[in-house]
Amino acid sequence: MIRKFASVVLLLILGYAFYSLVAGFVPDGELNRSAAYYAENTARETGAQNIVTAIIVTYRGLDTLGEVTVLFLTAAIVAQVLSHSRAPAGTRGSGFLPAGELLETGTRLLVPLILLFGVYVFVNGHLTPGGGFQGGAILASAMLLLLLADPMRRFSHRLIAKVESISGLTYVALGVMGLVLAGGFLDNRILPLGQFGALFSAGAIPLIYSLIGLKVGAEFSSMLESLEETEDR
Amino acid sequence: MSNIPFVMALLLAVAMIAAALVAVRATATVGAVLAAGLVSLFASVMFLLLAAPDVAMTEAAIGSGLTTFLFFFVMGRIRREGGGND
Repeated sequence: MIRKFASVVLLLILGYAFYSLVAGFVPDGELNRSAAYYAENTARETGAQNIVTAIIVTYRGLDTLGEVTVLFLTAAIVAQVLSHSRAPAGTRGSGFLPAGELLETGTRLLVPLILLFGVYVFVNGHLTPGGGFQGGAILASAMLLLLLADPMRRFSHRLIAKVESISGLTYVALGVMGLVLAGGFLDNRILPLGQFGALFSAGAIPLIYSLIGLKVGAEFSSMLESLEETEDR
Repeated sequence: MSNIPFVMALLLAVAMIAAALVAVRATATVGAVLAAGLVSLFASVMFLLLAAPDVAMTEAAIGSGLTTFLFFFVMGRIRREGGGND
């Protein structure tokens, strides 16, 4: 009884908090100072058509490096925790259920398309919505589909680790090159800005975002693979 | 102010709340996981309506794609190793 009463009171407080948020909402008439700066200067300073990408990769590039590092730590911890219960190589697991004809055939059709779409998303990150994180997640979902269709499939851990570490190292190296050749860490003007709106434009942004995409895709894939390879008994 | 996006957003919000209720109340785990994925899918359309396509893509790829599949993945493992009973 008391518990029910307490939860109703909590719900009312929560409802009031949300209601006051909505009731006190006044839409902004104009952009605030930093948003106005980005809207005005992004195209000139970075050459990127997608302002969100310019902010993520260049203006707030250090934050993005931090995010990628957090994701890397997560993948490393998942792999470390699960490595104790890894199934010995070559065992058939404990009775995998067959995936079924529909999933297997569909996977064969869909996986190349999904991979292509993921690469498209992060290569065009400076032109269209999306970018490294989204493209990487799409790449990992293709890996997930492969694992669902054939649970016995094994990807090379060494290859995934190599892709992950090489793209991470190159990302940091590009950032340091910005420090040496241009205005600061992760400055994208180490490469020519090119023609506004072209695929090879916006300096180092497409390169950096592709590296982030590969890194994120490899991290998610290694997490999924560690989950798949564990054996509880 | 155009009215159609507003009506769509309202419908989406109602659908999101309905799907969330289904996710909480459903007795079958599969249905609950699917309903939770549906909430994410509606949320990503909502982000699109609110002019945030980048966030919408992340939500669609991770929230409704990877997370839902991860749940099924783990459920499959539990079923496989937990003696076959649901």
